[in-house]
Amino acid sequence: MPIKVESLSHIYMRDTVFEHRAIDKIGFEIGDGDFVGLIGHTGSGKSTLIQHLNGLLKPSEGRILIDGDELHSKSVAMKTIRQKVGLVFQYPEYQLFEETVFKDVAYGPQNLGLPEPEVQRRVEDAIRMVGLDYDSIKDISPFELSGGQKRRVAIAGVLAMEPKVLILDEPTAGLDPKGRDDILKEIKLLHSKRNITILLVSHSMEDIAKLVDRVIVMSKGKIVFYDTPRKIFTEMETLEKIGLGVPQVTQLSRELRSRGLDIGSCINVEEAKNEIMKLLRGSI
Amino acid sequence: MIKDITIGQYIPAETPVHHLDPRVKIIGTFTFITILFLVGNFPSYLYVAAFIAIILGLSRISVKYLLRGLKPLIVIITLTVLLNVFMTPGEPLFKIFNWLVVSKEGIYQAGFMGLRLIFLIAGASLLTLTTSPIALTDGIEKLLNPFKRIGVPAHELAMMMTIALRFIPTLLEETDKIMKAQMARGADFETGNLMARAKAMVPLLVPLFISAFRRADELALAMEARCYRGGDYRTRMKQLKLEGRDYIAFGVLLLFCGLIIVSR
Repeated sequence: MPIKVESLSHIYMRDTVFEHRAIDKIGFEIGDGDFVGLIGHTGSGKSTLIQHLNGLLKPSEGRILIDGDELHSKSVAMKTIRQKVGLVFQYPEYQLFEETVFKDVAYGPQNLGLPEPEVQRRVEDAIRMVGLDYDSIKDISPFELSGGQKRRVAIAGVLAMEPKVLILDEPTAGLDPKGRDDILKEIKLLHSKRNITILLVSHSMEDIAKLVDRVIVMSKGKIVFYDTPRKIFTEMETLEKIGLGVPQVTQLSRELRSRGLDIGSCINVEEAKNEIMKLLRGSI
Repeated sequence: MIKDITIGQYIPAETPVHHLDPRVKIIGTFTFITILFLVGNFPSYLYVAAFIAIILGLSRISVKYLLRGLKPLIVIITLTVLLNVFMTPGEPLFKIFNWLVVSKEGIYQAGFMGLRLIFLIAGASLLTLTTSPIALTDGIEKLLNPFKRIGVPAHELAMMMTIALRFIPTLLEETDKIMKAQMARGADFETGNLMARAKAMVPLLVPLFISAFRRADELALAMEARCYRGGDYRTRMKQLKLEGRDYIAFGVLLLFCGLIIVSR
């Protein structure tokens, strides 16, 4: 389900002293089944952008096409769009409200007006998808769970809508390293097994480099780059100028090369390991 | 949507009105509200309008912004006007459905009350539009100080107000966020009958309460950790002091009161 954004702008608090152009005439396309990263400094307009993609914010200028249908045109029902494009907000665990995990995850599908057996199936499926044990967790209050578990339940709540596109706004913020790795692994699985199009907002270049096919880099409401991570990481100076960096391994490989070692540009630890091993073998 | 509420919002600027001592502005607002009830006839409203216009001009707040503050109260204003139109006895002008009588006095009364309400809200919003919440509570604390003797916890009250005001935007933002998150899960806050809408609020209110309590807890801890002990012997960074312009403002206020009372 392709997403197409055409010269989109959003202005907050129009005609007041607080007027602020959060995104400025941006355009891009995300193809079916893509895994795209969205990265940018705080205040670069990432959150504003993703809220447009499922119709929570209305564009001040420009338009958005989901699957060829224009958002906010009269013929397109918001409910169908919200079902097709799932949005997981930052710290999604703060939106939990039901007495049991089951009821909370079922909230989305029930809003879609699905029959009970279908809701049941989707909830079960969604809870398993985020790596939780359905039978032992379904009757527990979500407020008794640990931080990482709460977050999974919240993500399951969106997955239960069975979206074709999943947008995640910093799903790993505030989690410990293990929780972070687990969640990223599950997102990767969602993409590869279920063929869901994923847009991952992240602050971490490491995560982006490890997971995504293409990256959108935003700064001050505009798109600076939209390319593969490898290409983007060659633009280290520009990235640093807009307050971002490259992964540590990329920096390391650059440093090594500048000191005269014959090593290729690496964007993740696995690549760096192979390159260094090759180098070591060569020198023996 | 929710962010459009302007009541209690402060618009920072460098104008004589903004720089006035908050105590003067608070006393001024209360005097204005009291005097508004002393207005006896329509022409006197000209003085009121002029008074508001002068403050608006000096503070460089746009009329549009002031009017936007009236929006949420439109229901109350309409209700007042309607009740006055139909419920005031007097010389009948015409009838609707035989039993609703519109009298001359009714229309007069309705216009009178409507204007009074509008001016009242405008005056009160001018105070908050030109005074930062911190200055406002400082002013209240200072004004309440004499009552400390009889047991009014002036500082604690002011602190509670500061915190409450401080958290209005935070909680609004939070509401907006949770609302959007639930809307992303197909929640519908806009359609349906009263019962359905009330029920739709549960997924919004539960997370909101939880987060409000969490925030309160965190704030209490943070204050405790910095050894906060309210009340006595606390000094402040910005001492309030009456200056020339404050006395001028008092003069203008007295003149205004005089005009209204004389024109009765």
